[in-house]
Amino acid sequence: MIRLEAVCRTYRLGDQPVKALDRVDLDIDAGAYVSVMGPSGSGKSTLLNVIGLLDTPDSGRYQLEGREMTCLDEEARAAERNRRIGFVFQAYHLIDRLSARENIELPLVLAGMAPSERRPLVDDIVDRLGLTERAGHLPRQLSGGQRQRVAIARAVIRKPALLLADEPTGNLDSHSGAEVIELLEELNDQGITLLVVTHDPNIGRRAGRRLRMEDGRITADRSGTETGDALR
Amino acid sequence: MRFADLLQFNGRLLLRQRFRTAMSLLAMAVGVAAVLLLTGLGEGARQFVLNEFSLLGSDVLIMLPGRKETTGGMPPITGEGTRDITLEDVEALGRLNGVRRVAPLIVGNAQTHVGGRSRELLTVGTSEVFFAIRKLKTLQGRPLPVMPLKRAEPVCILGTDARRELFGARPALGEWLRIGDRRFRVIGILDDRGESLGMEMSEAILIPVAAAQQIFDVQGMFRVFLQVRPGSPMEDVRGEILALMQQRHGGERDVTLITQDALLGAFDDILRLLTLGVGAIAAISLLVAGILIMNITLISVSQRTREIGLLKALGASAATVRLLFVCEALQLALLGCLIGIASGYGLLALGHWLWPLLPFVVSLWALGAALLIAIATALLFAWLPASRAARLPPVLALQGMQGGAR
Ligand SMILES: Nc1ncnc2c1ncn2[C@@H]1O[C@H](COP(=O)(O)OP(=O)(O)O)[C@@H](O)[C@H]1O
Ligand SMILES: [Mg+2]
Repeated sequence: MIRLEAVCRTYRLGDQPVKALDRVDLDIDAGAYVSVMGPSGSGKSTLLNVIGLLDTPDSGRYQLEGREMTCLDEEARAAERNRRIGFVFQAYHLIDRLSARENIELPLVLAGMAPSERRPLVDDIVDRLGLTERAGHLPRQLSGGQRQRVAIARAVIRKPALLLADEPTGNLDSHSGAEVIELLEELNDQGITLLVVTHDPNIGRRAGRRLRMEDGRITADRSGTETGDALR
Repeated sequence: MRFADLLQFNGRLLLRQRFRTAMSLLAMAVGVAAVLLLTGLGEGARQFVLNEFSLLGSDVLIMLPGRKETTGGMPPITGEGTRDITLEDVEALGRLNGVRRVAPLIVGNAQTHVGGRSRELLTVGTSEVFFAIRKLKTLQGRPLPVMPLKRAEPVCILGTDARRELFGARPALGEWLRIGDRRFRVIGILDDRGESLGMEMSEAILIPVAAAQQIFDVQGMFRVFLQVRPGSPMEDVRGEILALMQQRHGGERDVTLITQDALLGAFDDILRLLTLGVGAIAAISLLVAGILIMNITLISVSQRTREIGLLKALGASAATVRLLFVCEALQLALLGCLIGIASGYGLLALGHWLWPLLPFVVSLWALGAALLIAIATALLFAWLPASRAARLPPVLALQGMQGGAR
């Protein structure tokens, strides 16, 4: 599903080039549950952004569902993001003047879907994620956990093949964090490919495949059920 | 993104930032209203003048003493050291084939006395033909009688204001009055039709042209009105008239002949220019409104960097993001325009209601121009910031960084 070959992404901080991704090779199967851990500044977010087509690599190749992504222009990338990829961010990134329901609806609106087609889709997801009572509320009237649920609903409303979550529990207490992770796992069970960046080893170890990053490289890649100690 | 969704999305935004929205609406509305109001007034003045002048009829030529190379300019006010247009000239002109009738005109201010009262009035020496050409009617009595031009019959016709000034509430018809040292009997009162050709007829007193010659001690005419015979081509008659005058004045071309069209054309041009001028000044305020909209869009872009990043992450293309911001500016501009149009025309209508003399003119070209300028400035000034928003790389925008747009 995802194939990275020798992908590099270098940022420039003043005169200093920073290799956020340093010749990364990675293959991820459809439906996989992958966690990415590592010290901060090791390139986890950059990896997710490149996979999510928010960022473009300087060199290397990236194929998504067998299609070459490196040659797409910004317009085409935007269309791919809308159709195939859902994002969940640490800071939720909800639009504060729109209600929960309207935030969830946004990807459909951007895709140009008619209101009559949008309504049942939104109703369905709001119901599934237990947000029915909160649908009319503004983001500031919701708890952190509820906001992240809204963000997740928005991420999956287009039924993407790939769900990318960058520290989705970073701003949450452990209880709501656990709920959010369970929700993401539930979606993964239903077939979505899930990539979670996290600092929390307890969360990281739940994934079927665990990556570790350091200095822009993947330094460990483990599969199967083993204890998280290996990641330390 | 659907159009309705676009409008709603931006509408939400504008509603949320009420103060900002109200300010830019106000700026836009004031600009548009100013353009409509000023051009409306200008157009009104133009039409007012045109209406007044076209009372003359398009088959009338006006002759004045003195040579002026006027094809469209203002007519000369006085003859400059040229030969007078005499009553004989007028009679000769009347005998021309292409000329239907001729009215001589001598105008001056003279002291008029009735009993103890004394007023300086506009005194017009002319003939009965003047009444026909200018379509003047009498309210009471009758116009100047038909008689040889050279006869200084002691009769006069009063304008309504002149009548009131001289006689007050007393009846005037049949009474005697004195202009200078000559006595005249009032034989008619003019129907009040307001002013035209720069002459306030209601404050005038009309007497036979020969009498005016004596009062003002002049021979030459101030103006001569010539009505062309129906069916005669204007240009031919013109040539005929000029040739006759040249022959009678010893080969000198020393009169100017203007048509109503030329006169109107001159006024029309001047007033149009004036209207355009004030309109252009008002349009500058629209430009200011445009710059305000640019600033607002710039602020909107920098305040909403993260939102732009998010929209891009959710699949909004650069074009969609640009459209969002341009539309925001356009919505502001159009709404402001509507308010401006309503208030501009409202004020004009109010003006018309208060001063009925002021015509209420909806000049479509000004409306079109105001709308066009408003929308064009909004588009122009919003385009830059909107394109900046569209170019923001999604990752940077999500981190809230404006950073170097690639
Ligand atoms: N927009 C940027 N400009 C410059 N440097 C950046 C930018 N984004 C990330 N970096 C650098 O790239 C490296 C990797 O960052 P990131 O992928 O965010 O790490 P992580 O998510 O693992 O903490 C860091 O050294 C960071 O400073
Ligand atoms: Mg990060």
